[in-house]
Amino acid sequence: MRSILLSAFAALAVATLGCEKKTAPVEPPKPADVKPLEGKPAPAPAADTGDIIIGEVGSLTGSEAAFGISTRNGIELALEDANAAGGVKGRKVKVIVYDDQSKPEEAASATTRLITQDKVKLVLGEVASSNSLAMAPICQDNKIPMISPSSTNPSVTEKGDYIFRVCFIDPFQGFVMAKYAREELKFKNVAILKDVKSAYSVGLTEVFERKFAEMGGKVLGIESYAKGDTDFRSQLTAIKKLKPEGLYVPGYYNDVGIIARQARELGLKTVMMGGDGWDSEKLFELGGKAIEGSFVSNHYSPEDPSPQVQNFISKYKGKFGGVPDSLAALGYDAANVAIEAMKRAPDLSGPALRDEIAKTKDFPGVAGTISMNEKRDAVKPAVVLQVVDGKFKYVATVKP
Amino acid sequence: MIRGAAPAILAAVGCIALQALLGEWAFFGYLASLVGVNVILAVSLNVINGMTGQFSIGHAGFMAVGAYTGGILSLATAQDRIGVLPEVVSDQLFLVGSLCAGGTVAALCGLIVGLPSLRLRGDYLAIVTLGFGEIIRVIVQNTQALGGALGLSGVPQRAGFGMVWFWVFLVVLMARRLAASPHGRSLWAIREDEVAAEAMGVDTTSYKVRAFVLSSFFAGVAGALFAHFVPIVNPGSFTFVKSMEIVVMIVAGGLGSTTGAFTAAVFLTLLPEGMRSLFTTLGGGDPSLAQKVDQVRMPIYGVLLVLIMLTRPQGIFGTHEAWDAVARWRKKARA
Repeated sequence: MRSILLSAFAALAVATLGCEKKTAPVEPPKPADVKPLEGKPAPAPAADTGDIIIGEVGSLTGSEAAFGISTRNGIELALEDANAAGGVKGRKVKVIVYDDQSKPEEAASATTRLITQDKVKLVLGEVASSNSLAMAPICQDNKIPMISPSSTNPSVTEKGDYIFRVCFIDPFQGFVMAKYAREELKFKNVAILKDVKSAYSVGLTEVFERKFAEMGGKVLGIESYAKGDTDFRSQLTAIKKLKPEGLYVPGYYNDVGIIARQARELGLKTVMMGGDGWDSEKLFELGGKAIEGSFVSNHYSPEDPSPQVQNFISKYKGKFGGVPDSLAALGYDAANVAIEAMKRAPDLSGPALRDEIAKTKDFPGVAGTISMNEKRDAVKPAVVLQVVDGKFKYVATVKP
Repeated sequence: MIRGAAPAILAAVGCIALQALLGEWAFFGYLASLVGVNVILAVSLNVINGMTGQFSIGHAGFMAVGAYTGGILSLATAQDRIGVLPEVVSDQLFLVGSLCAGGTVAALCGLIVGLPSLRLRGDYLAIVTLGFGEIIRVIVQNTQALGGALGLSGVPQRAGFGMVWFWVFLVVLMARRLAASPHGRSLWAIREDEVAAEAMGVDTTSYKVRAFVLSSFFAGVAGALFAHFVPIVNPGSFTFVKSMEIVVMIVAGGLGSTTGAFTAAVFLTLLPEGMRSLFTTLGGGDPSLAQKVDQVRMPIYGVLLVLIMLTRPQGIFGTHEAWDAVARWRKKARA
């Protein structure tokens, strides 16, 4: 088939002269491409009775190791639950985890290894969007579904129809906070302080600004800073003059801590709001009393009273010690979505699994009920937390 | 002329044949490409650090320049093709164009960095190249057109390991011929004693700059190749750690030895993946053991390096070359 296509293309090419745009929407595979596995001999029939192997790529060492380890713990717990309940189609599910040292080229190598050497049915990972982007084309070319637990950058699932995620994308948080500020906090006018250097912050600001205006609120002004700045007084003074009821700061915890301190120094008493970039213990060290009473949107809260969440937390505590963070919860959800899809699928081939994952609807995850939309992103509620006594306290769940 | 080009043509045919034979093994291909890129980096850095005795620790910066230049060019021409040629050939020609462009821009950067700093003696080059590497990374991280901190994705994945190893062949050929040429002799003289070399009439600055530009060119090509088989080009791949990795390779292989740089690059790149396979086999196919030791790979890697340096401080090959040994052995056999 391929050779026919190639020779047809060659004939076409000879017929035309000069440099031109490619016409065929489907390009014949080039030798450099990662080859799909289809041409390979089918796995031995014995494989249908043994364990089902799925793969995970995570940052177990390197700069994002804390994220990777939480995620792996969550996935391990989900598999343990599934195997205790009888596994999938009577077979146990096993996961092979490879460390990518938080490097994209290692993530690509580990993914290729999982798919071609270990013959995994499905790949879970990664946390960091840049590493997921290194893995996605490989999974797509080999027709192996990939579920990212917590890569929030919109471009990840745009890589192809085999790529899914179980978390919401960045801009959704802007909507959540706008809705909460307008409907629950009843703010009429707010100001925004955004980090111009981060795509995350710019994305959140854009959506917040639009949605807040649509809901009848007014954005009085938008001030900017650049990641790593240490003096925010001029922006904060400008904001103080506007007298907003709320101040939206969709940045990262290290900047937010200092911003909050300087705002209080200048006598700006406005309630502050933010996103999951605030989620770190360091925030309380840096911000101290200044961030008390602020609101943030996040994926999940360990204080969520629902029995499913509390059950997950007690199991996690028993196995690993410590309260699971949102990455562990998302890892747990990603593995469960995969297991459910494998249970429903008629067979464990890539296309069958992909179809089933795409059909995921109202799946009860610990970090919110998950439905996949046509862009293969999870549509799910977010939680709003408030800083009380140097801790995040659960206040509400906002539905999409 | 034809005799001079003969090895390159032979190598090209060999690489195409290998690609056709082994192209189906995706994992092998990926690893072979990764190894090839590291070999190009190590052999090219050896020209400046080993042969000329200067100390450059910013090779990853030149690699980044090449990767982004080549990547951007290929992105822009992803939909173009040369009508008279089959698509595969046309794509590969575009790829070669991107690679050469990546190398040329990196070489220009090498000239700009090298001209002022190579007039000086001693450690200044180290500081300047270190600074250069960091500047490039920070610029890329803050440029939205280059993908910023997230990286550049969607570069057409055209470079098979055949193409990578063809460039490996070219860089080794270049290093071998350079080392034996009058030009190379001057470089060796600078390495041994700069003052003496100058007294003998060697224009040290111009020789050093030329060696540095040549080295940067191949680093740029290596970067451009990297961009064409790794799905995302991310500034995190070109940190100071990467530069040091290459320095470690040439020191472990033996400063000044091309075959040493080659061997060490192959060995040190395959070591982590090899350990992964070893642990999987030892675990009897049980993935859990492999996972437990997966994180121990890096410390073992470190210990092995320390052992090499303790037992053979001059590096695996010292300043010897494999082909010298072959020539000597041939002579002996004839006698």
